[in-house]
Amino acid sequence: MAAETLAPAEAERAEQIVAGEHEGLVRMAVRRFTRHRLAMLGLVTLVTIIAIAALAPVLLPMDPITPDYENLGMPPSAAHLLGGDLSGRDVLARVIYGTRVSLIAGLGSVVVFVSIGTAVGLIAGSLGGVADQVLMRITDIFLSIPPLLLIIVFISIVGAGLGSVIAVIGLVYWPQTARLVRGQLLGLREAEFVTASRVIGVREREIVVRHMIPNIFGPLTVVATFGVASAILLEAALSFLGLGVKPPTPSLGEMIASARTPSVLQEQPWVWLPAGIVIALIVMSVNFVGDGLRDALDPKASRRG
Amino acid sequence: MSDDAGRPDAPHLAVDGLVVRFPIMGGVLRRTVGWVSAVEDVSFAIPRGRTLGLVGESGSGKTTIGRAIVRVNRPQSGTIRLGGEDLLALSGEELRRRRRSFQMVFQDPQSSLDPRQTVGQILAEPLRTHGLPASGERNARIAELLGMVGLDPRFTSRYPHEFSGGQRQRIGIARALAVEPELIVCDEPISALDVSIQAQVLNLLEELQERLGLTYLVIAHDLAVVRHLAHDVAVMYLGRLVEIADAEDLYAAPAHPYTIALLSAVPVPDAAAERRRRRIILTGDIPSPADPPSGCRFHTRCWLRDRLGGPERCRTEIPVLAPPDPARPGHRAACHFPAEARAAIDPATLVPVARETPGA
Repeated sequence: MAAETLAPAEAERAEQIVAGEHEGLVRMAVRRFTRHRLAMLGLVTLVTIIAIAALAPVLLPMDPITPDYENLGMPPSAAHLLGGDLSGRDVLARVIYGTRVSLIAGLGSVVVFVSIGTAVGLIAGSLGGVADQVLMRITDIFLSIPPLLLIIVFISIVGAGLGSVIAVIGLVYWPQTARLVRGQLLGLREAEFVTASRVIGVREREIVVRHMIPNIFGPLTVVATFGVASAILLEAALSFLGLGVKPPTPSLGEMIASARTPSVLQEQPWVWLPAGIVIALIVMSVNFVGDGLRDALDPKASRRG
Repeated sequence: MSDDAGRPDAPHLAVDGLVVRFPIMGGVLRRTVGWVSAVEDVSFAIPRGRTLGLVGESGSGKTTIGRAIVRVNRPQSGTIRLGGEDLLALSGEELRRRRRSFQMVFQDPQSSLDPRQTVGQILAEPLRTHGLPASGERNARIAELLGMVGLDPRFTSRYPHEFSGGQRQRIGIARALAVEPELIVCDEPISALDVSIQAQVLNLLEELQERLGLTYLVIAHDLAVVRHLAHDVAVMYLGRLVEIADAEDLYAAPAHPYTIALLSAVPVPDAAAERRRRRIILTGDIPSPADPPSGCRFHTRCWLRDRLGGPERCRTEIPVLAPPDPARPGHRAACHFPAEARAAIDPATLVPVARETPGA
């Protein structure tokens, strides 16, 4: 009966589906991602950078802090592959340790702002009404304060340091995430599959947990990834301005800051150029990975093929 | 299909005087500045186990009626009774539990299935929600449901994107069937599907109706789809019912100029008749339901009114839904000139007899 009403083409497709061409959502996303050339390039670069930053202190024991007065502003040599900075510290060691600091600041602040933003967005988007209005007006207020002002005030109250940098970047970026999450929820509320669940009689709370939250994971991952890039840039900018990590802790932004001296900028590029290149590499790789994720995580984008 | 045998007595679904209006918000303060009259005073009834086809173009309010019945929209007034029980009186937990008896099949099976759930999860949701079979038998029930709609029971761990459009619609139908409903509102169930599989889905719906004694409200935008499935047909224009009749009656002797225009768009199988046929092309767009025309809402586009020299009555008086032929009280049309409408058409082709192009 019913099974026989399948047309030959559909029956064949049914066989294909059963015969193991089946693919879970994760595997499908991985397949799409690996086909994205730039994203793969970005991922490889990023993994290399992270590996070096994580392992270098173990593999090549170098000291990024203690000055070596023989090496004061010296160009690259066999003993110091990237030369020495103005205090005679090894530039290579400082770049590697600075990268660690940047990555920790980037990832840490993303964790902070995605958590705050998601929580606020979820509450606003799923409760609606007064709660929504109040939370979104608070979000607007945060968005209307110039970020640098917020940062300077915050740092001058709590003091500089890696922890404050992470906290303040989180504070600056959460409103965008809150808006995104709320917007996604509002869109999903009108989605046909949510209406379908309502018609079935599923409770609102369960609809939020089972249908809405899983469906904002994709966009949230993408935003978080791009957020890492912005956070790393902002951390570098803060360190450049002296609002970031406390010296002598190495930071890529602080290294670039030494180029503010015209003679260093013109004659001692090894002091600041490596840090600049690493920042550019990290930010570009992260953005490529974000692009790849955006294409890979949208289940509606294109089905197979 | 539409035989007269065993016409049950009381209607299963009875919609009476249904009005659905949506507020138009305007200004900084988001105050209501007007109303879109989506559905205006619509009444109809469907006997148990039968199908009413609800036809009209986009914006006619047919989907709004469907959504009001499954309690997604809130009507302004009117009553909706299912098996004698007033659905609009239900609320909260009571409504949630009663939802078992009225389900919906959606137009677009792509957007009405959660892309992140497997078929098994999609079908488990209604069962879990209504505590249907004791949880141990749930998997068996899911397999049974898939079998009922002609899908392989091994599909449970697959995601919607792995299926074709027709298969996805079968999943949507299985989901509606899961709670053993009495009434299913099918909102343009085949409009989003490839032509080659439309007939299969219609056959499936028909077969399920016979097997399970379901009552259907089938919403469609053309009369051809409904002809296949419906026992009775209601035609809507701009929020109002313009004609309602037994399917055979409606196709054989339409009485409303709008129905006649819709029928002229359906090809007839007789080649000679088809060659003689001319379509009625309605001029202009459907007017805005925020500011519907006075009197008969169809008068601004009516070919019959043009032929009759534009009688004032069409503009000033709202026509009531009444039987043009007292011998057939089930066939009702909301036109001031049903006799003229019938006289103007060729009974073989149902198209106005030759004169200058109507409405041009």
